[in-house]
Amino acid sequence: MRTAVEIAVSRKSSAMYAGRPHVLLERGWLAFRSSTWIPVVTGFLEPVLFLLAFGYGMGTLIGDVTTGTTTMDYTLFIAPGLLANSAMNGAIYDSTWNVFWKLNESKLYKTMLSTPLGPLDIALGEITWALIRGLVYSLGFLTVVTALGLTPSFWAILAIPAASLVAFGFASFGMAITSFFKTYQQMGFINFVLLPMTLFSGSLYPISVYPDWLERIIMALPLWHGIEMVRAFWFGNISSGVLVHIAYFLVMIATGLFVTSRRLRALFLR
Amino acid sequence: MSKPLISVRGLTKKFGDFTAVDGIDFDVAKGESFGLLGPNGAGKSTTMRILAATSTRTSGTVEILDKDPELFGPLVRAHLGVVPQQDNLDNELTVSENLFIYGRYFGLSKKFIKNKIEELLEFAQLEEKRDVKVEALSGGMKRRLTIARGLVSEPDILLLDEPTTGLDPQARHILWDRLFRLKEQGVTLVLTTHFMDEAEQLCDRLVVMDKGAIMAEGSPAGLIKQYSSKEVLEVRFGSDRNKEVAPQLATMCERMETLPDRLLMYTEDGEALLEKITHAGMHATTSLVRRSSLEDVFLRLTGRTLIE
Amino acid sequence: MNTGIDVPQIQRFGALYIASARLRSMSKWRTIIAAVDIGNPLFYLIAVGIGIGVLVEQGSGTSGTSGIKYIAFIAPALLANTAITGIMDETVFPTIEGFKWRKLFFAQNATPITGRQIALGVYLAALCRAIFSVSVYYLLLLAFNVVDFGVSVLIIPIAILGGAAFGAVILYFAAKIEKDDQFFNILGRLILMPMFLFSGTFFPLTSMPIYLQPIGWVSPLWHATELGREAAFDYGIGNTLVLIHLVVLLTLVVVGLNLSMRQFERRLAK
Repeated sequence: MRTAVEIAVSRKSSAMYAGRPHVLLERGWLAFRSSTWIPVVTGFLEPVLFLLAFGYGMGTLIGDVTTGTTTMDYTLFIAPGLLANSAMNGAIYDSTWNVFWKLNESKLYKTMLSTPLGPLDIALGEITWALIRGLVYSLGFLTVVTALGLTPSFWAILAIPAASLVAFGFASFGMAITSFFKTYQQMGFINFVLLPMTLFSGSLYPISVYPDWLERIIMALPLWHGIEMVRAFWFGNISSGVLVHIAYFLVMIATGLFVTSRRLRALFLR
Repeated sequence: MSKPLISVRGLTKKFGDFTAVDGIDFDVAKGESFGLLGPNGAGKSTTMRILAATSTRTSGTVEILDKDPELFGPLVRAHLGVVPQQDNLDNELTVSENLFIYGRYFGLSKKFIKNKIEELLEFAQLEEKRDVKVEALSGGMKRRLTIARGLVSEPDILLLDEPTTGLDPQARHILWDRLFRLKEQGVTLVLTTHFMDEAEQLCDRLVVMDKGAIMAEGSPAGLIKQYSSKEVLEVRFGSDRNKEVAPQLATMCERMETLPDRLLMYTEDGEALLEKITHAGMHATTSLVRRSSLEDVFLRLTGRTLIE
Repeated sequence: MNTGIDVPQIQRFGALYIASARLRSMSKWRTIIAAVDIGNPLFYLIAVGIGIGVLVEQGSGTSGTSGIKYIAFIAPALLANTAITGIMDETVFPTIEGFKWRKLFFAQNATPITGRQIALGVYLAALCRAIFSVSVYYLLLLAFNVVDFGVSVLIIPIAILGGAAFGAVILYFAAKIEKDDQFFNILGRLILMPMFLFSGTFFPLTSMPIYLQPIGWVSPLWHATELGREAAFDYGIGNTLVLIHLVVLLTLVVVGLNLSMRQFERRLAK
């Protein structure tokens, strides 16, 4: 049986990383096991409700949508956008409010950093947990969509890894932003930014309806890249443009991890 | 004497213009129970955080088991059990889950922790509460669980910051008993406190801190012997008369301290002194003879009381 | 003993004292309130009204929306929803805070002010927020040329009535809440969101399958939206329906408020 010290020595733990992000997942699971299922169920329901309302309700008003050269039923058009959206929402929920709580109220991260764990263990572990949450939402949504007969082909399954990337990106970035917030008012700011981004990023209609300048702003936002990426895999329209979306998210993930671990260190190890 | 586990020289910590810790030196030997005694704001908690390798210093050197905590943070933390001033248990988890996951933070194997939990629950007298969420525990139970949690990694040193602050007297005594057992088992304890009775109960050796500096160092008995008389006579003449009679009384004892509500007269024989005062025609409203304590040492060193 | 306390005065105006105290604490949040109440519906109006509006125009034109331009079609609904969310915020949070978090109501009740007056005071202050937000939003609708000035000004009181109906009911539930940990999740995602999506907000209620239409029937938002459309445009639902909508909303106000006042009194006396 090895002691804590022997483990620390053998791991060559650095100040930032002890190589144990998975213990945060263990902690997340223990806490989750005894918590209620309501947030999970409701989080899953949200995109489904949007799909029903906009798909069936709006569908009768709109009929078909034409993007580029393809024309499709409106409900079919919005499904992948809502998938990206639900991945984002799932990831944001865990990486903002839950993280805020653990940073400022329960001081959980402070406790963790009094052990040999490092800031990068925490950042990686928490973000992975949020990513898993986003992934579960995506899978649930895909199941519903498939049951409704809205999946274009078997290849739509590829949209799941794409949605995971979206969840990963938003979890990472969300945690980084949250690490700077101290008050509930500041946290309200996150929701205030999320709503317009959700509405404008083209999950419900092609952004080509907007003037050029607005279109360009939207194309700089992460959710637009997420929606386009998921949509590309969903319909199997994979072009080199997808690489740009993937790169966008990889940068987002790396930046988020870097900033989060630096912030945790500045907050609790100074 | 073997090499100390903790060695601190010229330790200074500044926050902007404010100097929280001002060039302190001390050593802690293996198996010793060492205390930092001082009022709130003396720099004890800051010192503890530096020892715990969760805070950087401005200058000076610190070695814990020959390692600089600033350079070997995770390794140093692997040697330590930390009991912070405010219980920071994981409220979303049960008692045993708290112990389990904390052990996992150290990378300990699940099997090892599972066995350890039994031992720790017994130590903390929480066997019946093992599956209860920590929110439902009393203050004393939470404190005991926090201490048990700090022991899960079998640390070489246990750091306790104000271990009994906020607890009722009964819970304090239970906790002291638990800490005394650890001391008997040879665990090295470093604790901060602003309670002199706690320092007297638990510490083999202590430093008295005030405004970031160390005022004195020694064993509780040694400090009392060095800085105070054997006994103290506390007398009250009513808030207005205290000042009036003070000059006359001062001539009758070795030393006297004038507090807002009472006078402390230092002497080898309190009863005799009281008789002398009464004989001189002064009748105290209340009087009390007691043995000198660390409180008196602190008063002597700083001119202030520990709890203000 | 003469302490200058005029008990009859308090018995008459106690609710107003409570309301003015509530308004004072609300004014600390005025920037956020204005941003949320004006910003959120504006985002919906621009994103959905214009974005989806284009698609609707290309699809069914105005045939599905009784000849009303799409952006104008959704405007009265967004207005009523602003009143609903605003009133909900100002009834639910202060009530849970007053009974649970800070127990302020118990302090207020220790004066000659009664539980019924506290309930009424909280409710009145919440209506003030809706009056402010809805009025500003109406001006924006005029500026955007979505509605014409004139009889359309009636959509202001209609929206407030919709909010008042929802608020009176939700006040009762907020006063009953003992465990609040999942209340906001349920309220936001299982009540507010479905109501927003399925109350004929973005498309006529009748374009949904019949089994989803009852959501609209019980929703104050639907009744207020239909009334608002009738007031602002040539919607043509007929006098009988107008009367029904009005009766439903007024009934909710009267019944909800009475239940709430009784519940406040009971809980404070417990």
